[in-house]
Amino acid sequence: MSEQPPVALRGLTKQYGHITAVDDVSLTVNEGDVFGYLGPNGAGKTTSLRMMLGLITPTAGEARVFGHDPQKSVDALADVAGFVEAPRFYPYLDGMTNLRLVAALDGNEAKTRIDEALDVVELTGRASDKVGGYSHGMRQRLGIAAALIRRPKLLLLDEPATGLDPGGMRDMRALIARLSAEGMTVMLSSHLLAEVEELCNRVAIVRSGRIVYEGELDELRATAGLTIRLRTSDDEVALRVLSDRRGISDVTRRGAAPIQFRAADEAAIGELSRALADSGALIFELAPSAATLEDLFFELTEGEGDAQAEEKRLDELSDLTGGEQ
Amino acid sequence: MSRPGTLTVYRWELRKLRAQKRTYLGLGAAVLVPIVFSVAVAIQPGEPADVPFGRYINDTGLAFPLVTLLFGSIWFYPLIAALVSGDIVANEDNNGTLKTILTRSVERSQVFFGKVLAAFSYSILAIILTGVVATVAGIIVSGFNPIPTLSGTLETPERGLLLVAGSLAVYLMPILAISSFALLLSTVFRNSAAAVVGTLMFSLLLQLVVIIPGLDGLQPYLLSTQFNSWQGLLRTPADWDPIIRAAWVCAAYAIPSLAIALTVFLRRDVAGG
Ligand SMILES: Nc1ncnc2c1ncn2[C@@H]1O[C@H](COP(=O)(O)OP(=O)(O)O)[C@@H](O)[C@H]1O
Ligand SMILES: [Mg+2]
Repeated sequence: MSEQPPVALRGLTKQYGHITAVDDVSLTVNEGDVFGYLGPNGAGKTTSLRMMLGLITPTAGEARVFGHDPQKSVDALADVAGFVEAPRFYPYLDGMTNLRLVAALDGNEAKTRIDEALDVVELTGRASDKVGGYSHGMRQRLGIAAALIRRPKLLLLDEPATGLDPGGMRDMRALIARLSAEGMTVMLSSHLLAEVEELCNRVAIVRSGRIVYEGELDELRATAGLTIRLRTSDDEVALRVLSDRRGISDVTRRGAAPIQFRAADEAAIGELSRALADSGALIFELAPSAATLEDLFFELTEGEGDAQAEEKRLDELSDLTGGEQ
Repeated sequence: MSRPGTLTVYRWELRKLRAQKRTYLGLGAAVLVPIVFSVAVAIQPGEPADVPFGRYINDTGLAFPLVTLLFGSIWFYPLIAALVSGDIVANEDNNGTLKTILTRSVERSQVFFGKVLAAFSYSILAIILTGVVATVAGIIVSGFNPIPTLSGTLETPERGLLLVAGSLAVYLMPILAISSFALLLSTVFRNSAAAVVGTLMFSLLLQLVVIIPGLDGLQPYLLSTQFNSWQGLLRTPADWDPIIRAAWVCAAYAIPSLAIALTVFLRRDVAGG
């Protein structure tokens, strides 16, 4: 069964009344991935993760973990652990007892595992305090500990860094990197690309329940890098040259700001520079835009375009990334 | 590594009950009521003559647990039962912990039955506690003497003690039915206050049904009637009819309640927390 990918979502959909929280999501997380599931608040990240954990029933489509259906039996989750939203525990029990409880429900109460997990998240000293008195960050760490005592092959984390202070975030990232290096597959959601950028090798970007990008982070990065800034002595002329030029797309100009456009490759830029010179517009600046991955992320998730514009944008994106998806 | 199951959940539900105040509130009340009653009788030896066995409280301590049950049946013991049974599922919603326990290695059905067992254990413990305390306090106040039955015969104290134990056991049937109903409300409402109050209202309103003309024939089949079925034991010879009827009437309340609760629990989305 190890042939089966850790996560396979096919046409996954969840509707709450007339709200489509998750809309026809398909994606695969492969063994060894640190997979970023990215999108703004309300994009449907938590709802998707709940379906992967068997907590809610999909309206349509299916979620499989290691080929198993978590809707049928918790047996499907044998190699899976994680949490959605803030991890929750019994406030009237102490940290250690809470961990012993979940460990017992796993069928393995081995004390060494629990001690080890407490040690990893640095809660050993507070283990005998009631969870009701824990800070948000401590609960987050207890949630990680509760997941780790299961010794999962797949770790599902829902916005693990949310609410942590910078130090806590750094620790969380270091821990995830370490677990990944030890061979664990990790899927984590976030509403901030920057937060997970250095961790993830692959990402899916969701918006209003739908995937707007799925693929290697490097490809997305390459896409982001191909946005070009142009300043000339005569922008009107330059715009005319840019329009309908092969390999040039998405030409935008906002007020006095430099023109921006997307180039399919460097050759297209070279040809453009010659065309501009011929047209009489003098080039002041022709350079890769500082547009970052984060800008692209915002563009993908916050663009107010209608569905059609979105489709078009997606097509272009997949052209640029070599037909992925 | 052993496979966890209903008993694992049961064990931990008991552990959780031990850590919660409401458990002690319920058990404390179950202990306190017979004590208060006994103290009152000791100070002012009047007789609540209008209830069965009320007339005998100055003659024998064995009448105390029986009178306590009679006074407690309409709402007090149902309240004690509902206090925990109405909370045991809703508490998870309140704490957002369903997602925590349902993503481990126990099935939802096992979680549910573990909770049912724990709620029942608590209710049984409450009734045993109240019975033992009432009996001990009664014997201290009025002595370990023979007890008259409802048929007018006199039973030895030893046999009387056995009959009290039997009465408590029969009394548990409607209590467990109330527990089951509270579990249903706890599962459906996901709010423990609503479940506790709802259970109590159900228990009280049911008794009003019979004031509707033409429905008075339902009396023997109401849950409230079953709270008195133990009195069949205190006749000579014992009248088993009300007890047998209590067994199936209570089952007719409890089993559908639990079946519906289980169905809801298995199908529900765990979207909160
Ligand atoms: N239990 C629910 N009932 C109704 N709507 C819900 C429920 N849970 C989530 N939603 C809606 O579904 C959408 C996706 O929510 P969610 O999965 O929590 O997004 P994210 O985790 O990406 O912030 C939101 O519009 C949210 O309001
Ligand atoms: Mg969320």
